[in-house]
Amino acid sequence: MTIQTIIFIILAAVICVCSVLAIFTRRILRSATYLLFVLFATAGIYFLLNYSFLGAVQLLIYAGGITILYVFSILLTSSEGDKAEPLKSGKMIAGLVTTLVGTGLCVFVILKHKFSTAVFESGELDIQTIGNALMGTGKYQYILPFEVISVLLLACIVGGIMIARKR
Amino acid sequence: MVQMEWYLVLSTIMMFVGILGFLVRRNLLAMLISIELILNSVDINFAVFNRYLFPDQLEGVFFTIFAIGVSAAETAVAIAIIINIYRNMKNIQVKNLNKMQEE
Repeated sequence: MTIQTIIFIILAAVICVCSVLAIFTRRILRSATYLLFVLFATAGIYFLLNYSFLGAVQLLIYAGGITILYVFSILLTSSEGDKAEPLKSGKMIAGLVTTLVGTGLCVFVILKHKFSTAVFESGELDIQTIGNALMGTGKYQYILPFEVISVLLLACIVGGIMIARKR
Repeated sequence: MVQMEWYLVLSTIMMFVGILGFLVRRNLLAMLISIELILNSVDINFAVFNRYLFPDQLEGVFFTIFAIGVSAAETAVAIAIIINIYRNMKNIQVKNLNKMQEE
């Protein structure tokens, strides 16, 4: 059992337990905190896959930005002692059956399929390669999606201000 | 070394926990948190496929980066809408939202 396997098992346990807790806890602020733990563990998965840049992006944007947005909006919108009401058990059972069947089906398909060359090639992806591919205009380079996502972010800024401002 | 299928099983579990949360929670912010779980599992899948099957190429990494950007934008707009809803009806439970069509 190598050190990678042990770290993977720890991260997988954190992800599974904390995502289930994030769904089923009654208080919404605790739910956001468990989501933060899941995001940290996901960044750990990226580091384990030797994608350091991706892990850093995950930590910065998700764990640093989106979680703060969630916490602020939860504090703005939930009143004191606000708890989720208990669910009707019929809907709960229907959802559980649906997701269990879906999980079983997908896991069955994944384990049944033989992937062609699934070997782990370690090796760090250096930042210069990422920068060249992100800013280049040739084949397998990504200047157009980069520009499109910048326009999307601008539209989101304008839309967020328009929707959330006081009239 | 960790087998590739373990990562895929992990992200499948995460995705279906997110779907379950989307189905059973009745609070708008809780549903948004479930959507974040689903998006995260898809990002793990992109990175894992890139590392194990096509280690010379960069498509998975870039799709993950762009998916993170798009989900950040989506979260910001959704939270703006939720705050606006809270201002109008002092509540963000889903069962009250059909009042919006009367006003």
